[in-house]
Amino acid sequence: MADEFSKPTCFQEIILRLQTYWSSRGCAIMQPYDMEVGAGTFHPATTLRALGSKAWAAAYVQPSRRPTDGRYGENPNRLQHYYQYQVLIKPSPPDLQDLYLGSLKAIGIDMALHDIRFVEDDWESPTLGAWGLGWEVWCDGMEVSQFTYFQQVGGHDCKPVSGELTYGLERLAMYVLGVDHVMDMPFNDPQSPIALSYGDVFRQTEEEYSRWNFDVADTETLLQHFKDAEDECQRILDATHEDPKTGKRIVMAHPAYDQAIKASHVFNLLDARGVISVTERQAYIGRVRTLTKACADAFVQTEAGGFAA
Amino acid sequence: MPDLLIELFSEEIPARMQTKAASDLKQRITDGLVEAGLTYEGAVACSTPRRLALSVHGLTSASKAIREERKGPRTDAPEKALEGFLRSTGLTKDQLEARDDKKGQVWFAVIEKPGRPAADIIAEVLEKTIRNFSWPKSMRWGEGNLRWVRPLHSILCILSDEAGTEIVPLTVDGIVSSNTTQGHRFMAPDCFSISNLDDYTAKLKRAHVVLDAQERADHIWADATSAAFASGLEVVEDKGLLAEVAGLVEWPVVLMGKIDDAFLDLPPEVLKTSMKEHQKFFSVRNPKTGRIERFVTVANVETADNGATILAGNQKVLFARLSDAKFFWENDMRVAKAGMQPWLDALENVTFHNKLGSQKERIDRIAALAREIAPVVGVNPDLAEQAARVAKADLSSEMVYEFPELQGLMGRYYSEAAGLPPEVAAACEDHYSPLGPNDDVPTAPVSVVVALADKIDLLTGFWAIDEKPTGSKDPFALRRAALGVIRLVLENGLSVDLLSSMTAAARGHPAPSTESELAFAAKWASEFSNDPAWYVARDALDFIHDRLKVFLKDKGIRHDIIDACIAMPGNDDLTLLVKRAEALSETLKTDDGENLIQGFKRANNILTQAEENDGVSYELDPKLELTEHDAEKALFAALDTAEAKIKPAMAAEDFQTAMSAMAALRGPIDGFFEAVQVNSDNDIVRRNRLCLLNRIRVICLSVADLTRIEG
Repeated sequence: MADEFSKPTCFQEIILRLQTYWSSRGCAIMQPYDMEVGAGTFHPATTLRALGSKAWAAAYVQPSRRPTDGRYGENPNRLQHYYQYQVLIKPSPPDLQDLYLGSLKAIGIDMALHDIRFVEDDWESPTLGAWGLGWEVWCDGMEVSQFTYFQQVGGHDCKPVSGELTYGLERLAMYVLGVDHVMDMPFNDPQSPIALSYGDVFRQTEEEYSRWNFDVADTETLLQHFKDAEDECQRILDATHEDPKTGKRIVMAHPAYDQAIKASHVFNLLDARGVISVTERQAYIGRVRTLTKACADAFVQTEAGGFAA
Repeated sequence: MPDLLIELFSEEIPARMQTKAASDLKQRITDGLVEAGLTYEGAVACSTPRRLALSVHGLTSASKAIREERKGPRTDAPEKALEGFLRSTGLTKDQLEARDDKKGQVWFAVIEKPGRPAADIIAEVLEKTIRNFSWPKSMRWGEGNLRWVRPLHSILCILSDEAGTEIVPLTVDGIVSSNTTQGHRFMAPDCFSISNLDDYTAKLKRAHVVLDAQERADHIWADATSAAFASGLEVVEDKGLLAEVAGLVEWPVVLMGKIDDAFLDLPPEVLKTSMKEHQKFFSVRNPKTGRIERFVTVANVETADNGATILAGNQKVLFARLSDAKFFWENDMRVAKAGMQPWLDALENVTFHNKLGSQKERIDRIAALAREIAPVVGVNPDLAEQAARVAKADLSSEMVYEFPELQGLMGRYYSEAAGLPPEVAAACEDHYSPLGPNDDVPTAPVSVVVALADKIDLLTGFWAIDEKPTGSKDPFALRRAALGVIRLVLENGLSVDLLSSMTAAARGHPAPSTESELAFAAKWASEFSNDPAWYVARDALDFIHDRLKVFLKDKGIRHDIIDACIAMPGNDDLTLLVKRAEALSETLKTDDGENLIQGFKRANNILTQAEENDGVSYELDPKLELTEHDAEKALFAALDTAEAKIKPAMAAEDFQTAMSAMAALRGPIDGFFEAVQVNSDNDIVRRNRLCLLNRIRVICLSVADLTRIEG
C-alpha cells in the first residue's frame, strides 16, 4: 500500500485506497448495486442491513444519480451522475471517528496541514423513512463526507445503531488532487499510455443525460413506471411467506425493495422534468416512503433481518 | 471545602446547543447537590465542541446528619395502623419508642439519617443528570441504550482540596469516571490527568483548547477586525454567526481570504448569505464602496504553513459556491429581463394553502385588494396592481429557491432588471415588512399599499378558514400580520376603512361553512350586516384591536382608555382611534380630566339608577328657567359652551380641543354636585336636573365611552 501521506495521482487511486483501507479495517468490500439510485444509502447493503440485530460491516462504491443536478458537464462540481463511497458498520464502533480520520490520511490528507471539522448535520431521508444524527465533515471548509449514526430506518428503531459514512468521491478527489473542474480530473494515472480524464469518460454522458433528464424524458411513460413499480412492490409483499413450489418460507424483501428504489428514481426524474408541483411532491415522497417502510417490515421478517423461526 | 470538577467529553456537540447544555448541566447538578443536603459557594459551566465542563467550588464535604422524629398511632390503636406506620418509616416495632402523650401512649419513630460524603451524593446526582439530560435531539450509539447528543466518551469527575484530589467513582453505561481528559483532536490528542480547575484550564490551554466560549468569541472578533482593519476594510458584524463559529472550534485561528473578482458584481446580500449559510464565513466590506471584497474564516488548527493550505481550500470552496450563486443569478437575470412571466406562471402550481388556493390565486387577490386600497394612500391603482402582481415573482427564481431568506430582495433586483418602475421594484423588497416589532415600516406609498394588501389577505384568509392563532400557536404568523397592519397604518398616518377593505378581501376567500367557522359569524350576526364576508372581517378586526391594545400598552396608553375609544364609531380607522386614545390619555393625566371622570360617573350613576327606578329616560332638553341654584345655572352655561366647542372639534377630528373642552366641565360639574341635591321633592325640578345630567352624559360620550374608564 502506498505511503499514507503520499498524494494519489488520480481519481481511481483514491477509490482503490479507500477500498484497501476499509478492507484492512474489516469491512466486506461490496460492489455497487445494479440499479439507479440517488445515493449510496439506497443500496440494500445499507438500507436493509441497518435493520435488525445482526452485526454488519460493508464498504462499497455506489454510482448515484440526481437528475436535477445535471449541468451539461459545464459546472465545475455538479453532476447528474456521480460516485459515492459508502461505509456501514453495525454496531457503530466507539472509535468510528478515528477510523474515519484514518481513511482521510489514507488518501493523502495530512491532518497537520488541513482543518477537519465535524459540523452538525442531522440526516433525514423522507423517502426511506429514516433519520440519524451526525455531522457533515468539513475539510478546509469543504464538505467531504456525511457521518451519521442511524436512529431509524424504514420506520424501525435501529438497535443496535449503525454508523454510516458517505464520501462524495468526485468532490473529495478534486480536492485531494488539486483540480478545479471535475472534467479536468485525471481518471487513471496521468502517466499511463492512454491517460483519461474524468471529462474523457463522462463529459458526453453528462450532456446527453442533462438533455434527457430536463427536456426529453417522456413524463407519461415515467408516471406509468412509477405506478407499475408501486403496484409490483405491493404485490410482491402481499405474497404469502410460504413458497408453494419449494415449501420454504421465503419473504421477498429484496425484490420488493428493488421496486421501491425504482419508484424513487422515477420520482427524481419526474421532479427534474418539472412536472411535480409542491403539493404533489409531498404526496409522491409519501408514496415512496410507504413502499420502503413496507420493505423494511418485510426485511425484519427475514433471517438477515434477525428473524428467528 | 473541596471543589468539584466535572467534564463530559463527547463527540462534537452542535454549536447551537452548547451554551444551553452547559447552563442546564450547572442547574441540574447544583440543584441536585443542594437537594441532597450539600451547600456550595459558586459554580461555573463552560462548553467547547467536545466537552461540557462544570466547576463547583466551596462544596461541603458531606451532608449533615438528620435526626427526625415522627409521631405514630396510639399504642392501643389497631394493628393495621401500626403496620402502616412501620412501612412509612421503614422501621421495625422494637425500634419504636412509646411515649406518653396528652391522649395516652403513642408510638414515636426516631429516624437518624447519617450525613453522606459529598462524593456519594455527586456520583448519584451526576449519573441521574446524564441519564435524564434534555437535549433538543439526542441519540443512541453502538449497542448501548444511553442517550446523549452524540456518543459520550469519558466522564471526568474529581473532588479536590489542599490535601489532594480524589476521583468520584461512578459508572454510566460502561463509562467509568476518571481524572483524565484529552486536548485538541489534532494538536494534542493525548490523555492527561487533572487535579483541579486551575490545572484543568491551564493544561487544556497548553493542549490547544480554550475552554470558555466567550473567550473564543472575543479572540475571533479581535483577530478578525484587526486583520480587516490592516487592509482598510471592516468585518460585517454578525453576533449569531460569531457565537456559532465559537462553538465550532476549540482553538480558533482566524484567516482572511479574497473573493474572486468574477463574483464582486453579485449583489452584496447574495455574497453575504451564501458565505454565511454555506461556509460560516464573515463578510469583509470595503467601507468606501460598501462592496464585500473579502471573507474571514475561522479554522480549528494551527499549521506549519500558517493556514495557507486551509485558506486556499476555503477559497476554492467559495469559488465553487459562488459559481453556483452566479449561475442562479445569471439564469434568473435572463428570465427577469424577459419580464418574469414564466415565474408568474409557475406560481400557479405552488400551493399557498390547500384551502386558500395557489400562490397565483393569492397574488390575484392581493392585486385586487391593492387596487382598492391604492386611492387611500394616494397611489395610482394600476401601479399598485402592477406591483402586487410581481411582488412575489421571485419565489420562482433559482436564487430564492437556494436562499429563501433572500425573497423580496431578489424581487427588487429582478424587477429593476425587468425595467419596471422603481416604486414597483421597491415594493417587491418592502412588501413583507414589517416582519418584527422593531423592523422598519415601509413608507413608499406603493410599498405600503402592497404590504397592507398582503397582510390583509393573509389575515382574512386564515380567518375565513378558521385557522386563528390559539395560545402560543400561531403557525401562519397572524399576530405578526396584524401588528404589521397596525404599524403600516399608524406610522404612515393613513386613514383606511379597514372594515370595508377587509370585507372586500374576505369575499375572495371561501365563505365560512363549518360549525366553528359559523360560530364567530353568529357572534356578529346581530350587528350591521348579514354578509358572511363582513363577519369574517369584523372578527378579524377584533383581533387587530386586541393587538393594538398590546401595541399601545407598550407605548404607555392604558387598556381601559383604548377600550373607551374602540367603543366609539369608526373604530376601524386605526389612525383616528389612536388619535382619540392619545388625546384621552393626555386629558386623563390632567387634574381636571381625572376629576371629570369622577363627575361623569357620578352623573351617569345617578341618572342610570333613576332611569331604572322610574322606567323612563330623561332625554328632554333641560330648561334653564327651572333651575334654582347658581351652580345649576353655571353648569347650564358650561354645557352650552362645551357643546359649542366639542361639536365642531369632533367633526374636525380635533380630539385635543374636544377633550379639553370636556375637561373644562369638571369645575361646574363638581360645583353642581356640591350645591345641588338632584333628587328634589319637586318632581318637575328633579326631572329637569336629571335631564341636565343626561346632557353631561351625551356630551361626554360623544368624545369617548367614558363608562369604560376604570377608577
